[in-house]
Amino acid sequence: MKILNKALLAAPAIAAALPAQAQDAMSLDERVNTIFAEFTGPFVSLIFAPLPGTSFPWIVLWLVVAASVFTIYFSFVQLRYFSHAVSLVKGDYSDPDDAGEVSHFQALATALSGTVGLGNIAGVAVAVGIGGPGATFWMILAGLLGMASKFTECTLGVKYRNEYPDGTVSGGPMYYISKGFKERGLPGGGALAILFSVFCILGALGGGNMFQANQAHAQIAGIVGDYPGWITGLVFAGVVFAVIVGGIKSIANVTEKVVPFMGILYVGAALVILLVNYDQIGWAFGQIFAGAFTGLGVAGGFVGALIQGFKRAAFSNEAGVGSAAIAHSAVRTKEPITEGFVSLLEPLIDTVVICTMTALVITISGQLLIDPDTGLYMLDGSAIATVDGNSGVSLTSAAFGASISWFPYVLAIAVVLFAFSTMISWSYYGLKSWTYLFGEGKTSELIFKVIFCVFIVIGAAASLGPVIDFSDAAIFAMAVVNITALYFLMSIVREELRSYSERLRSGEIKKFAH
Amino acid sequence: MTTKLVIGLDGEGSGDRALTYATDLAKRIGDCELLVAYVIEWSPYSFQTAEENAQRHKRREEEISTAMSRVVDPAVEGLKKNGMTASGIVRHGDVAHTLNSICEKEGAHQIIVCRSSEGGITKRIFGSSTANLVMSATVPVTVIG
Repeated sequence: MKILNKALLAAPAIAAALPAQAQDAMSLDERVNTIFAEFTGPFVSLIFAPLPGTSFPWIVLWLVVAASVFTIYFSFVQLRYFSHAVSLVKGDYSDPDDAGEVSHFQALATALSGTVGLGNIAGVAVAVGIGGPGATFWMILAGLLGMASKFTECTLGVKYRNEYPDGTVSGGPMYYISKGFKERGLPGGGALAILFSVFCILGALGGGNMFQANQAHAQIAGIVGDYPGWITGLVFAGVVFAVIVGGIKSIANVTEKVVPFMGILYVGAALVILLVNYDQIGWAFGQIFAGAFTGLGVAGGFVGALIQGFKRAAFSNEAGVGSAAIAHSAVRTKEPITEGFVSLLEPLIDTVVICTMTALVITISGQLLIDPDTGLYMLDGSAIATVDGNSGVSLTSAAFGASISWFPYVLAIAVVLFAFSTMISWSYYGLKSWTYLFGEGKTSELIFKVIFCVFIVIGAAASLGPVIDFSDAAIFAMAVVNITALYFLMSIVREELRSYSERLRSGEIKKFAH
Repeated sequence: MTTKLVIGLDGEGSGDRALTYATDLAKRIGDCELLVAYVIEWSPYSFQTAEENAQRHKRREEEISTAMSRVVDPAVEGLKKNGMTASGIVRHGDVAHTLNSICEKEGAHQIIVCRSSEGGITKRIFGSSTANLVMSATVPVTVIG
């Protein structure tokens, strides 16, 4: 990381020393942005098309309905098996003879490192910045419902993974769709699996890559001053290339150890701010509840708040998207459903806890401007007006900075590390989909990895709007295919759940003495 | 009744002293069985990348195989040449906790280890594996200097 930090510090200096090139670079950024927006526009429009006669995107309804269906179908599994999930993560049910294999904790931590990140920092700021504090209510609700989606997909991820003779594993929606459909005698599994893989590759390049690079650049530029995005992109691309192509594990290892620490530091700082402003917590929750049902003046009213809340929750915790099923499928267990239980903790940690912290800090900070006469939020275009016109990660940074002046610097490091860690995770998800389509092999893998690195530069150079739109569209497109498949395969999960709960009740499945 | 002794090795040369002592002790006891144990330090709470997770089972098998061939098997062969009844085992986990668990599972009567070869700040903060074993073991522990 030293190399990365040095390079990031040096980047603005290089830009300042080369004014002519910087001028060209700004126009390069704009060109990249224009071409990118034109190229991705139709795809984005299709995914976010509103329901006829409304402004409600059909995709948001798709996700919420699915999460609600799974919640009811599995009889509120997220509540009934919550404490069991915690026991599994603690290792109470892990066979000591399996020590050295991937533990439930490790699978959860790895999946979380792919989801906890910019979605929690920048994504929430986007949601609250457009949908107001009321978006937080819908975000929490989506997080709680999403736990059931995650449970369903991750159980299937482990059940239908590929275990190769050399001991390595590959799992994820593309495997459970093709195998599960075949097992149930359903047609179209192969085509759906291919479609999912295509969208997963786009999602890896969008939300798992460009959005991260884009917001990391915004954060660094916010601190050291504006400079061309492609410089940040090149530095990031170089480091990611070193890890995923060069196999320099030490960078990834350091990141994987520092990221959880940064996550704890982030939540800790949010808690400190909330404690210092404890007298405003009640008011902030009041804003969240009032905004959830009235909108408090935001564009689109309460529907606007709802759409933003659901969108950001889905983008943050990825429930129903299928990416977590790839990450969780590596765990060593004889009972696939145990990983389903563990995975349902993910949206809880990611959305219900961390995202809510961010939203509360932004609300309390006073960064969102309120009209003193009406008590409603003031608008700047379609978004809420903010103190310095901040949006995305800069809004979160300003909100934390209002209470802890030096925290934006810590946040900048956290954002860079989160972005990096998410990119590494998504490079793997994308790679698994790529190899599913084009086969395993060094050349095939190298092609994807190079494409992945090129998109980092594009993401850092493009402006926020088109990048966020494409990122969301690509991630949600994965959810379209994945959830369709989950509807056909959820009876398999219910049978697993029935069998497991019977054996748990009878004492056949019991805790190990450690 | 057969007496069972567990010899904990850490892959360092000092392990020979533990093997020599265990051989002498076993000869004096008479009906004695020796179990050579090597524990690969590992925590279920460490953080790994998705790619590392996918390859973990393969890596684990490789780690066990390497420890067996480089540390445990030569030690067991040496003991057998000296007329001992010996076998070997490799496990992952916290060294002190795992050695004690092996003892309990195998019904062993004593653990023989060498003084720790660990050093540095980790030892100062968390204590050495040997010290932790002495503090937590449920059977007698002999530490060879």
